[in-house]
Amino acid sequence: MMSDIDRRQRTNTATATLTTAHNPSATGSRRRGPLVKRERSDRRKTWMMSIIGVLLLAFPLGPVLWMVSTAFKPNSEVFTSPPQLIADNPTLVAFANILFDPEKLRIFGNSYLVATSTVILTLLLAVHASYAFSRFEFPGKRIVNVCIIATQAVPPITLLIPFLGLIVLAGLFNSYAGLILVYIVFTLPYCTIMLTAYFNGVPKELDESVKVDGGNAFTALWRVIIPVSGPGLVSVGVYAFIIAWNEYLFALSLTNTIDMRLVPIGIDLLMGQHAYQWNEIMAMSILGCLPVILVFGIFQKYVVAGLGAGAVKG
Amino acid sequence: MPTSTKSETTDVPAPPPTLRRAIARFQKVCTPYFFVAPAALVLLCLLGVPIILVVTYSFVERAITNPDFTFIGVDNYIAVLTDPRFHEALLHTAVFTVGSVVAHLILGLLFAHILNSRYIPSKLRTVLRSLFIVPWLFTIAATAVLWRLILQPNGVLNQLLVALGVPAQGTEWLADLQLAMPTVIAVNIWAGYPLFMISLLAGLQSISPELYEAASIDRAGKIKQFLHVTVPQLWPTIISLALLDAIWTSQQFPLIWLLTGGGPVTATEVVPTYIYKTAFSRYEFAEASAAAVVILLISLILVAFYVHKVNRMNREEF
Repeated sequence: MMSDIDRRQRTNTATATLTTAHNPSATGSRRRGPLVKRERSDRRKTWMMSIIGVLLLAFPLGPVLWMVSTAFKPNSEVFTSPPQLIADNPTLVAFANILFDPEKLRIFGNSYLVATSTVILTLLLAVHASYAFSRFEFPGKRIVNVCIIATQAVPPITLLIPFLGLIVLAGLFNSYAGLILVYIVFTLPYCTIMLTAYFNGVPKELDESVKVDGGNAFTALWRVIIPVSGPGLVSVGVYAFIIAWNEYLFALSLTNTIDMRLVPIGIDLLMGQHAYQWNEIMAMSILGCLPVILVFGIFQKYVVAGLGAGAVKG
Repeated sequence: MPTSTKSETTDVPAPPPTLRRAIARFQKVCTPYFFVAPAALVLLCLLGVPIILVVTYSFVERAITNPDFTFIGVDNYIAVLTDPRFHEALLHTAVFTVGSVVAHLILGLLFAHILNSRYIPSKLRTVLRSLFIVPWLFTIAATAVLWRLILQPNGVLNQLLVALGVPAQGTEWLADLQLAMPTVIAVNIWAGYPLFMISLLAGLQSISPELYEAASIDRAGKIKQFLHVTVPQLWPTIISLALLDAIWTSQQFPLIWLLTGGGPVTATEVVPTYIYKTAFSRYEFAEASAAAVVILLISLILVAFYVHKVNRMNREEF
């Protein structure tokens, strides 16, 4: 019975616009009864689905809420029974302890520096490679392309041992440069694929007009293609930023002094320090996740579109 | 474009001498390589060289710790492949990967369906979508410490379960031999489902409503519509997502490392943690390299499968 109504509704609403547009008065008078009923049932469904949707938020957001709640508690109130969402004595002491600690601030600074540098260098490299993939046919293109896709499959742990050796050999152990180089390796392949897909959507006539005016491919790329590719560049940049900001294994292995650590390691290190200051650990985690959430939130539209393009087209 | 044709006709140069033509042709042939070269070089040096190195290490006696290279053939591989701990790690990796990917897919589909429901006002849908993505944006380190807090024996999860009547007092989710693996998988599910959700939502939105209308005219119920319209239409997306997720999940290191460190005992030891420990706790870099090559090969097989599928699907599309 339920599905019966449902089915009728589907067909009706789907054709409703058409019919009413053609013959509004006839449809209106003939179908007033069922329409009212349908509207009521639609409203009920709207409420039901909306409530289900909001209730399901508990799954992703429940833990997040607990994280925020804990960050505002004094450490003595972290484990109360029964658990309390809002502490008796809410406090900012955990955030203050993180934000007024020069060691922690330096860790955040390191992460910003490494992630931003990774984004800039990745974009510089990816823009040129993607332009070639999008605009030229050349011998070896297919092989290079397949190689780039395949590189995404290389497990980070496989690279760790030789990379450590190379970085030590190059004198880059415990340096920003070492970390940035690794992160470019992780971001570059996927960013190239994503940007190539984006450039493919930019009309070829644009570069033709530059060439006719006597410019070469390089001018075409920088004067014409890049200025119109804002959304594509943004989505690639955000992706690279997230990868670099969140990486853990190499940040752990390629640095060894506290002044060179990045945020994920900083969070982890808090776990080992003075007997589990859970409120500080949570405050640091929130501050550590915030940049990514903000960057993603601001550019969400572009990033989601870009991700889709990359994931399906490969 | 009128302007371009005009300049073309006026600026046509006199036929260039052969040398100039040769240079021009050389430039034309080389241009794409100039563009690709920087990225290709970076990847070659920072990816190609390390891979060659790790393969070399895997055939050498006591790599890195021993300064001179003594090739010992496949001894390291034999050592790794006959190590019961490696077998166990492989099995755990398979369980972890399959469990995560299947659950990601199911949850992703469920949430994508809800976000695609025409009964939810579109503004609410946008808000819900943004909020459902949040776990995916968490730094793995933050995800791990958050869940370690929640899963404490006297933590909030156990207290909630007790309040609901489940005898969960003092359950050590991450320290129990039987529970550790399912718990780690559950955390990974929480952290990873949004990628599926976003991609499947995009897929759902691109399905033509006419297909559903046709199905409902054929008196197909909701479930039949799902099985005969939704699933076939989403299949390409599902396959490529599942393969990508399988590749990434089988390489997952930080989550497991930070939650359990591979323990208790070896209950959550996966290949990446096994390699890490072999290299940095036992300093058996050669054996670790051999294991690293094995997992690289497994990943490459998955990727070959992925590339093959995607290529075929792209061909079918056009």
